Amino acid sequence: MSMQNNYVSENFIESRKPPVLRSAGWSIARVAGTAWLTAWIISGLGILWFLAYSNDVVFSFGGPDGFGVTADPKFLEKYGPKLISGFETTLKLVAISIGLGALLSIPMTAMRMSKNRVLYSIAYGYVYFVRGTPLIAQIFLIYYGAGSFRPFLQDINLWWFFRDAWYCAVLALTLNTSAYQVEILRGSIQNMPKGQWEAAAALGLPKWLTFWKIILPQALIVSLRPYGNEIVLMIKGSAIVAIITILDLMGETRRAFSRTYDFQSYIWAAIMYLIMVETLRQIWEKIEQRLTRHLRR
Amino acid sequence: MRLKHIVAVAALAMVAVGGAQAKEWKKIRMGTEGAYPPFNYTTSAGELVGFDIEIGNALCEEMKVECEWVTQDWDGIIPGLIAGKYDTILASMSITPEREEKISFSEKYYNTPPAIAVRKDSDLKGVTPADLAGKKIGAQSSTTHSIYAEQTFTDSDIVLYPTSEEYKLDLESGRVDAVGDDVMVLQGWIDSDEGSCCKILGTLKSVDEIHGKGAGIGVRKGDEDLAAMFSDAIAAIRANGKYKEINDKYFAFDAYGE
Repeated sequence: MSMQNNYVSENFIESRKPPVLRSAGWSIARVAGTAWLTAWIISGLGILWFLAYSNDVVFSFGGPDGFGVTADPKFLEKYGPKLISGFETTLKLVAISIGLGALLSIPMTAMRMSKNRVLYSIAYGYVYFVRGTPLIAQIFLIYYGAGSFRPFLQDINLWWFFRDAWYCAVLALTLNTSAYQVEILRGSIQNMPKGQWEAAAALGLPKWLTFWKIILPQALIVSLRPYGNEIVLMIKGSAIVAIITILDLMGETRRAFSRTYDFQSYIWAAIMYLIMVETLRQIWEKIEQRLTRHLRR
Repeated sequence: MRLKHIVAVAALAMVAVGGAQAKEWKKIRMGTEGAYPPFNYTTSAGELVGFDIEIGNALCEEMKVECEWVTQDWDGIIPGLIAGKYDTILASMSITPEREEKISFSEKYYNTPPAIAVRKDSDLKGVTPADLAGKKIGAQSSTTHSIYAEQTFTDSDIVLYPTSEEYKLDLESGRVDAVGDDVMVLQGWIDSDEGSCCKILGTLKSVDEIHGKGAGIGVRKGDEDLAAMFSDAIAAIRANGKYKEINDKYFAFDAYGE
């Protein structure tokens, strides 16, 4: 026996057989899950079938032209452009409201976190009222409520603003979303440990720089998802502006439906809302990647 | 004639064979909007009242059936009928070809012309498309009046509201220059305190393709027997004076039309 062999054991451990693969079996959870998935697939196919049926889609095999699809897009020809114009109205309305709401939410958040009792109370009351009442009531109040104060509003030269349904809608949605954004922003800023402020102060950094360069970038990571949720809720919540005569996507959909009693108008609306939300989701994914790049290896 | 015969025989056969299967209408759920005064509306006490409601109750009495009222938003009133939430629509619904594709109707129970209302201080002179060019005209969406407005007043801006209540508010506040609806609806409003701001500018000639043959009682396709029951009952209350009694409570002239 040479010395070398001392380093290697002579008694190898028996290699073990791989564990026997047992079939997972049909547990209750698996049955339920499969049934659920099947139900989803069937309803998806059902919607496709309904769209095809509503548009008289005919598939032809063979014949002189070989394979072909014919459809009778009467509904889409007539109402498609209107639905698209409604889609644009909704996009514009949400974009403007979210933007203005974000601008308004910054001073409001500062007031909400202020030590000044008066400023704090104003911001608190505003957030409390807006979050505690339904958007539909707020829109109704602003639009039809303003209508009954016409002489007063004319006196103070504001009637031109409240006369227009579009301005009223933008005002109502802006006030609404801003209140929610205040809470998102405040939550994420207060979420930052106090030690960060103190450490920055110890280094002699001014407060605004601390906020801008240290607190805000971290707060944004926390608030990004709630912000995304808020926009999604706005996209869908904006559908009620139809009650104040704005023909947004939902308004156009209802109009098309009332002319045709054809449910496909609602399906197209659902698809368009899905497109909006999905696009937003993709953009949000990208922003998150960018903001959290220091956390990935 | 031939067809009617076949239908009658088939119906008889169904009753004979079906027996228990053939629907016997003992209890009827009546769908209405409840926001269209003076035809059907809800009082501040929450009570459903109006011409439609009284006519409906009189018809049920005439048919000796029990009736129950169900309110439903106008936009969803036909889908609600088809989905079986109620058995009839008695809500001043005009009998139009578009609607007849989806549901069936009884004979009309009233037929009144459409009209245009404006504020009292309005300088509008007439109700032709030229008179109203460039103006904002309010109407309730999904109604024959809104369709008529969109097709006729092509140079005007048509503004659509979910119920008649809202366009009245906006006419009063001046957001719209005129509104279009049934003359009875507008007159009823103008005669009330709330409508003191406004006046009827003029009536429009109703177009059969759009406005239809007057207001009828809607039933699901396949419930034509029920529609026939209502048609008979309408004829009966016209004959026995009950219709006139209700009519005179609401209107100065006969709402039934010719």
